[in-house]
Amino acid sequence: MIRLRTIALASAALLGFAAFAPAGFAANEQPSPPPANEAKQGASQPTPPTEAGEEQPSPTRQSWSFSGLFGTYDQAQLQRGFKVYHDVCANCHSLSIPFRTLSDPTGPGFSDAQVKALAATYQVTDTEPNDKGEYAKRPGRPSDLIPGPYPNPEAAAAALGKAPPDMSTLVKARKYERGFPWFIFDALPFDQYQEVGADYVYAVLNGYTKADDLNWNLYYPGHKIAMPKPLSDGQVDYTDGTPTTVAQYARDVVSFLYWASEPTLVERKKIGMRVMVFLIVLSALLYFTKKRVWEKAH
Amino acid sequence: MSGTSTYVPKSALGKWFESRLPIIGLVHSSFVAYPTPRNLNYLWTFGAILSFMLAAQIVTGVILAMHYVPQANLAFDSVEHIMRDVNYGWLLRYLHSNGASMFFFAVYAHIFRGIYYGSYKAPREVLWILGVIIYLLMMATAFMGYVLPWGQMSFWGATVITNLFSAIPLVGKSIATWLWGGYAVGDPTLNRFFSLHYLLPFMIAGVVVLHVWALHVVGQNNPDGVEVKNVARDTVAFTPYATLKDVFGLAVFLIVYAWFVFYIPNYLGDADNYIKANPLQTPARIVPEWYLLPFYAILRAIPNKLLGVIALFSAIALLAFLPWLDTSPVRSAKYRPVFRVFFWAFVAVCLGLGWLGSQEITDAYVLAARILAICYFAFFLVVLPLLGLLETTRPLPPSIADAVLARTKGGSANVAVGPAEKSAV
Repeated sequence: MIRLRTIALASAALLGFAAFAPAGFAANEQPSPPPANEAKQGASQPTPPTEAGEEQPSPTRQSWSFSGLFGTYDQAQLQRGFKVYHDVCANCHSLSIPFRTLSDPTGPGFSDAQVKALAATYQVTDTEPNDKGEYAKRPGRPSDLIPGPYPNPEAAAAALGKAPPDMSTLVKARKYERGFPWFIFDALPFDQYQEVGADYVYAVLNGYTKADDLNWNLYYPGHKIAMPKPLSDGQVDYTDGTPTTVAQYARDVVSFLYWASEPTLVERKKIGMRVMVFLIVLSALLYFTKKRVWEKAH
Repeated sequence: MSGTSTYVPKSALGKWFESRLPIIGLVHSSFVAYPTPRNLNYLWTFGAILSFMLAAQIVTGVILAMHYVPQANLAFDSVEHIMRDVNYGWLLRYLHSNGASMFFFAVYAHIFRGIYYGSYKAPREVLWILGVIIYLLMMATAFMGYVLPWGQMSFWGATVITNLFSAIPLVGKSIATWLWGGYAVGDPTLNRFFSLHYLLPFMIAGVVVLHVWALHVVGQNNPDGVEVKNVARDTVAFTPYATLKDVFGLAVFLIVYAWFVFYIPNYLGDADNYIKANPLQTPARIVPEWYLLPFYAILRAIPNKLLGVIALFSAIALLAFLPWLDTSPVRSAKYRPVFRVFFWAFVAVCLGLGWLGSQEITDAYVLAARILAICYFAFFLVVLPLLGLLETTRPLPPSIADAVLARTKGGSANVAVGPAEKSAV
């Protein structure tokens, strides 16, 4: 009994500490994306030491609509992000997801007609030969994967010098070192920092700070990045009055890519909440049942 | 799985069946009437939790295998297909990948509990060694499972670990080639790892049966480390007492498990594993999963490859010799004040090695890893053998019931009512 109470107290203290830890739960409360310079960050968080010689700062922590216990995607933002991807990124990068997922109601939520029309603008080569034995080209269908700009990574490397990575899992495939003890707080409720990849990609897109060297990036390890500055102000037209700045483009396209790499996030968090409530109630009931039964033995 | 069954079938059909295959009686004597020490704490619920995790991993794994393609060109995409297109595929995969971590978390709690309370001492040596075999099989299974998504860390982790075998003199190179099915990690390697990853959990299940059997022959150890003397005073029946406690422990454990699966599913994984395996591009840092990090740190602390591999494997193998390395006749750390200090120091050493295993190699790193590796081995080879001879232990309670009474002094310790008798009903 006493031991259990000690554990309960200790974990309560730990949770309390986590809540007041830098970049705590406040980050979860603003679903609308503020401009980059207002972004919330762990102000008191020291930059983890990087390897000597190639100093690059840690990306700052941003506020994302999809972070936290109840995080969801902002549909308008994903649609803007898709536009940035479609007009800019897609010139070099592939995004191997089916067109149909773009109509995902918890994702970009395009209408079926929009997705069908979009797919039809692409030419797709059939993977099976037709009755003449030819691999026919045809307009894309919603069930197709979005075709990349190059037929394979080798062709992309031949044209661009280096093959740009596929973007379907790009945000999940990027990180920056959080260091001790921050990585522990990142796992705890209320802090729950799972957007390191998004913050890193966002930082890189905003990290082209040398006007005379378009392949120099403040946040890229070693600073020399193969991708020249991809975004500039006013490059993509927004129809909803959102500012057309690099920072805003970066924020929108990173949100879109986060959705592309984790399209089931909203469903996951929704089911998760039910599971947690169920398990906590179940544990409480089991605890009192166990206590009642053991009374006879003590 | 031991003792005479107190089960008496009531129905005619029950009697008919029991006289032909006494399996209900076996289950009854193992999980209902089986006497468990009355002083067990919540650390003893990890046995039940581990059984649950093994079953959960097998169930989710079998379903994942229906959608996964063990082919080097298709494996990565088939995992993404599971994540995106299969109904609740994301849930199954996150349950399985985080389940592996939770399985190891539970097994470490189980192992350290065994060390703290001296559960490996006579007559439980065979029980303990079976546990070490399960742990080894678990590591092999987890390692091969990590290779299956065929991401960068899968591929390069497999390359590093299989390359260890090439350090063996004379035959090493041939063994590595034989493991790979070629001259490097590739499609044949992925195929055999998938096959073995499917096979090993069932071997684990087999050894678990032996583990439970051995447990039920010698009986459970307990926090006071004194044997059961009077079944009526010292024990309670497995059901409902231990069953309920285990189920409660499991439910709390599931809260943590669900937290990982639903809210931080990629926290324990490496971001690099979301990049498709590329044999031409080595990742900046190759790191195994967290549960193998202490051993990885020991491997990297030693400059010579062969010696490093020997240190790595002996760090695991030493566990099997614990029953003979620990010379103290007293089991529980409760009554071993000096051992208790060394135990926590050992836990800190393991955590420190784990942290170092995830870090980049620098001079300071190598020095720290060497010091901690020496501490790790010293715990087994110096501290445990000497401590048994030098330590002054506290007096043991005459029986489990006395220990419980002493703790609940003032309370109503009704140990005279032996639930073990009631359980016969």
